Amino acid sequence: MSVSRSLSGAAAIAGIGATEFSKASGRSELQLSVEAVRHALADCGLTPADVDGLTTFTMDTSSEIAVARELGIPELRFFSRINYGGGAACATVQQAAMAVATGVADVVVCYRGFNERSESRFGQFSLAAATQVNTNGLDNAWTYPMGLGTPAATVAMQARRYMHEYGATSRDFGAVAVADRRHAATNPDAFFFGKPITIEDHQASRMIADPLHLLDCCQESDGAVALVVVSAERARDLAQTPAVIAAAAQGSGADQFVMTSYYRDDIGIPEMGVVGRELWRQSGLTPDDMPMAILYDHFTPYVLMQLEELGFCGRGEAPGFVADGAIEVGGRLPLNTHGGQLGEAYIHGMNGIAEGVRQIRGTSVNPVEAPHVLVTAGTGVPTSGLILSA
Amino acid sequence: MTVRPMVGRDSQFFWDGTAERELRIQTCNACGVLRFPPGPSCPECGAFDRGHVVAAGTGTVFSYVVHRHPPVPGKELPIVLALIDLDEGVRMVGEVTDALSDETGDAEIEIGMRLRVDFNRVDDQLTLPVWRKA
Repeated sequence: MSVSRSLSGAAAIAGIGATEFSKASGRSELQLSVEAVRHALADCGLTPADVDGLTTFTMDTSSEIAVARELGIPELRFFSRINYGGGAACATVQQAAMAVATGVADVVVCYRGFNERSESRFGQFSLAAATQVNTNGLDNAWTYPMGLGTPAATVAMQARRYMHEYGATSRDFGAVAVADRRHAATNPDAFFFGKPITIEDHQASRMIADPLHLLDCCQESDGAVALVVVSAERARDLAQTPAVIAAAAQGSGADQFVMTSYYRDDIGIPEMGVVGRELWRQSGLTPDDMPMAILYDHFTPYVLMQLEELGFCGRGEAPGFVADGAIEVGGRLPLNTHGGQLGEAYIHGMNGIAEGVRQIRGTSVNPVEAPHVLVTAGTGVPTSGLILSA
Repeated sequence: MTVRPMVGRDSQFFWDGTAERELRIQTCNACGVLRFPPGPSCPECGAFDRGHVVAAGTGTVFSYVVHRHPPVPGKELPIVLALIDLDEGVRMVGEVTDALSDETGDAEIEIGMRLRVDFNRVDDQLTLPVWRKA
């Protein structure tokens, strides 16, 4: 009996679903997730009775059993959660892919839903993060009491050092915001539909955590996204063109912390390098095979640093790489064609995975001829990534 | 209101130190390596046997942030926060309390600037290390 030792190509994303993206959904986080799961199942022609697995983020407030109850899912054979904020996004799909590849489950839905603008705003200083009773809370004792406790400030510390080492400027970071907002401008589902910005708008936006301007920071959003994962074989019999999971990886680096990996000689995001190397190894592909990518963009500087960690350019070369519209549609590597989390919505990276699926299907509002799409999850945290293929 | 640190068995010595106006750095009693943040097992040699040294209290700015929005509990904004490379070789986050111009409100700090630690006694239970220009 031959046993496949590779996850590559074994599973696919067959269905995607979402709620509207807003600043005040007017309904519970559980309801948002349930709506998104229903949409994702309907998208590929499955029903709740077909689902036997659910995965989500450790941070999600709606338990798998609560979602299953609301949907009338009779039995769950697999349920799993991934830690570390937005770093979980692609790993929820990795968990699902491993489950269906091994036969542990047949239909696994990954979901994430929250009222992240109208209820618990992630952009604020989080006392809950500072007081959690676990090693993450103990780790935060070295930053929060000193006054460092918002996501923007933790990223700004990395951004300042990156500028110092490589001569990057705020305008280089702004190129990401301009690209995202250009793509969002043509996406009717984006919060910033019809509202592109210029680099001058970016430069004129108020300072939040110097060197980060307001327009370097993603939105806070209400909404939910769900993704249906089945075997690649089964996906071919369902309603939509499958987005085959060519690679799915997690990564954590040496001396890793959550948002504050400041104690390494070289700070940066080596955990994304771990993800990248594993994605290339599993898929047999290289950065040159990627006509586009969805790179997690809660804050613009980390998009530049990801381009370097993933091998699209050398260390310190991202400012040149993103110049002159290179990361906009029509450029050499369009990024975040849905508008990203700055332009479409911040659904903790899950809306970016959905856009990767739309690009494989050919249904994106900003289509790129893309046989393969790289998608990454949260930066500055233990993270994850996917390569989706036609 | 000051944000209070979570304190555990592995970090109590640090906060006991600040109460005595000492900036303590964990040291491995087996291999001698210094370590911050502290933890129970030496990543270099695996030993659990640990002690501490008292830092000289001087260091160099490795990076910094001027935090303007949103609010931080117990702080009047803006504040300047820095990553400080201590002369002993470990790195810490701290607020730099004298790096804002009274006249313009602009930050007067740069990477490479020398800083010296001070201590902000919040109450009987908590003293926070803070930093000033050396």
